[in-house]
Amino acid sequence: MTMIFGVPLAVFMGQLLLGLINGAFYALLSLGLAVIFGLLKIVNFAHGAMYMLGAFATLLGMRYLGINYWAALLLAPLFVGLFGMLIERFLLRRIAHLDHLYGLLLTFGIALILEGTLVNFFGVSGARYPTPEALQGGYQTGFMFLPKYRAFVLVAAIVVCLFTWYMIERTRLGAYLRAGTENPALMQAFGVNVPLLITLTYGFGVALAAFAGVLAAPLYPVSPTMGSNLLIVVFAVVVIGGMGSILGAVITGLTMGLIEGLTKVYYPEAANTVIFLVMILVLLIRPAGLFGKEA
Amino acid sequence: MTFIKKSLTTAVALAATAAMATTAQAEISDGEVRIGYLADMSGTYRDLAGPGGLEALRMAVEDFGGDVNGAPIQVFSADDRNSADVGASTVREWIDTRNVDMVAGLVASSVTIAVTRVLEEHDSFGIVSASAASSITNEHCTPNHIHWVYDTYPLANGTARAIVEEEGGDTWFMLTADYAFGHALEGDVTRVVEEAGGEVVGRVRHPFPTDDFSSYILQAQGSGAQIIGLANAGADTVNSIMTAAQFGVTEAGQQLAGLLVFLNDVYAMGLEDTQGLLLTTGWYWNMDDESREWAERYYERTNRMPTMVQAGIYSSTMHYLQAVEATGSDDPATVREYMMDQEINDFFARNGRLREDGRMIHDMYLAQVKSPEASEHDWDLYEILATIPAEEAYRPLSESQCKLVQN
Repeated sequence: MTMIFGVPLAVFMGQLLLGLINGAFYALLSLGLAVIFGLLKIVNFAHGAMYMLGAFATLLGMRYLGINYWAALLLAPLFVGLFGMLIERFLLRRIAHLDHLYGLLLTFGIALILEGTLVNFFGVSGARYPTPEALQGGYQTGFMFLPKYRAFVLVAAIVVCLFTWYMIERTRLGAYLRAGTENPALMQAFGVNVPLLITLTYGFGVALAAFAGVLAAPLYPVSPTMGSNLLIVVFAVVVIGGMGSILGAVITGLTMGLIEGLTKVYYPEAANTVIFLVMILVLLIRPAGLFGKEA
Repeated sequence: MTFIKKSLTTAVALAATAAMATTAQAEISDGEVRIGYLADMSGTYRDLAGPGGLEALRMAVEDFGGDVNGAPIQVFSADDRNSADVGASTVREWIDTRNVDMVAGLVASSVTIAVTRVLEEHDSFGIVSASAASSITNEHCTPNHIHWVYDTYPLANGTARAIVEEEGGDTWFMLTADYAFGHALEGDVTRVVEEAGGEVVGRVRHPFPTDDFSSYILQAQGSGAQIIGLANAGADTVNSIMTAAQFGVTEAGQQLAGLLVFLNDVYAMGLEDTQGLLLTTGWYWNMDDESREWAERYYERTNRMPTMVQAGIYSSTMHYLQAVEATGSDDPATVREYMMDQEINDFFARNGRLREDGRMIHDMYLAQVKSPEASEHDWDLYEILATIPAEEAYRPLSESQCKLVQN
């Protein structure tokens, strides 16, 4: 059997694939953060809570309204996106002219309130969401048993990431967005409704987090704390990729998933810390992040 | 001169009164019994003790009548957030500013070990109800705490022994939470498996807490072991079991052994994924009439059935208050000595007694999770297969490394 640093090739390949799937989650979440920070300059600490709300919307939608998984894939991000727009319109906008730190504190507070409220009602043990029937079972790939659902997650996440990148970097709407954040006064003079654009962008960024939440629902127990555990890692990913860089967030997300996956094989004790080590290294060598532009 | 004489006499008289006051109240300090409840109120371990444990504690205080020999019982609580630092500094503050008499709850073993050191330094008292590490009354024992509900020794002794001896699971792969509790459980399981003629062929230590277990499950699959032993708890165990189901672990012929599984975990996962799971428990709400009666009273207050930890918090608080009442004192050494002299038998503990190392030993139970067909309602989850007698369940004193035990 071929061995790679003392690990059989088959196991090694399996771990790479799992790392990539986790990386897809990091990519989706850090993409939303990057969009919001890049265009609105808000450090959105409520992002983990929005991811959690996406999963909860899926679970409760099934329990009480009979909404199936495929519908939830569309409806949950829509619902959470609308909720995000309300937050932007009635809370964040009021402090938009202040230092970024206030936005960070406000969103952090929102996250704590949402989490605390749900803990009160649902506890922390988490609830199960069944894997949709069409995606049950798995493939015997030769080197590992790959559950169908995880393969689906990988594909869905990458498609959505590419779509977002295309929207922002290659379409007219995306150009408006970028211009609106660069020079809002001038854009408004051209007759573009900049405040609306900003509300929509925040809603969209948050909807991306909720989409990741829907994808996560059948994989992990749906619990109020699921977002806060992930958020710090995702922030590290954004810092490594470069604040505000969209493609950077996606590529870094996938890469960090891989690095974490390999750590789980060679030195599992450090699996939770390895991303932060990379972050420190990157900050020392390239303070603006791997894909960021120097200010 | 008279003035000086007068003031001197007054001073002496005052000092004497003060001294008398202290001797009179030395029995129950400050004329109040103050109980501080420290637990994870919001994180991974919230549901097994948490607010439900606080409710059990309040129930005990109410059932006791709210005061001991006329001294009112005060209860306050804090969230330790599973952090040893937060836990230790909270308890230090309770001792310094609130004169806490007894610290109850105590969940994550790492927090407990830190807290018991503070208790020993300040000669205060603690009853550990939720922690698992057997080291708490072994190398980390102090004269200032006792350990009530269960520990890793009987967990290994019950579940691991039953699996090796009765189901023929000889080869094990350990999935261990990387902190004091996981290490203790892994050690105890390895010992039992080897004693019973089995072998631990591999292990992986995962960070606490972990969200994604797929990588570790894959490593366990690759090891070829018959049994995957889960030396973790709470959400980590739930997560491991769910991930194993997704990766078809049981279909491929491997079996999971949940070494520390709580009622709320099984409830959260549902019987479909957990049926047949063997586990060791210190108590089960539906095990007999006495237990059921208490559990139903608890259910009315919380809308959930109690875990063994929540029941144990009630039981230990009750015994503590009885000891304070009988001795008329809340001095740690006096209370502990009195508790050691009593037989402990209530709805929770059977054939219980408190040993000199601080371990309360009592009968433990080997249980199996019911199949969905066999379960009659939401909380009908376990079937009790066997009773493990108190003296056999726990680490014998002859093997103890506790400084309070003469070996």
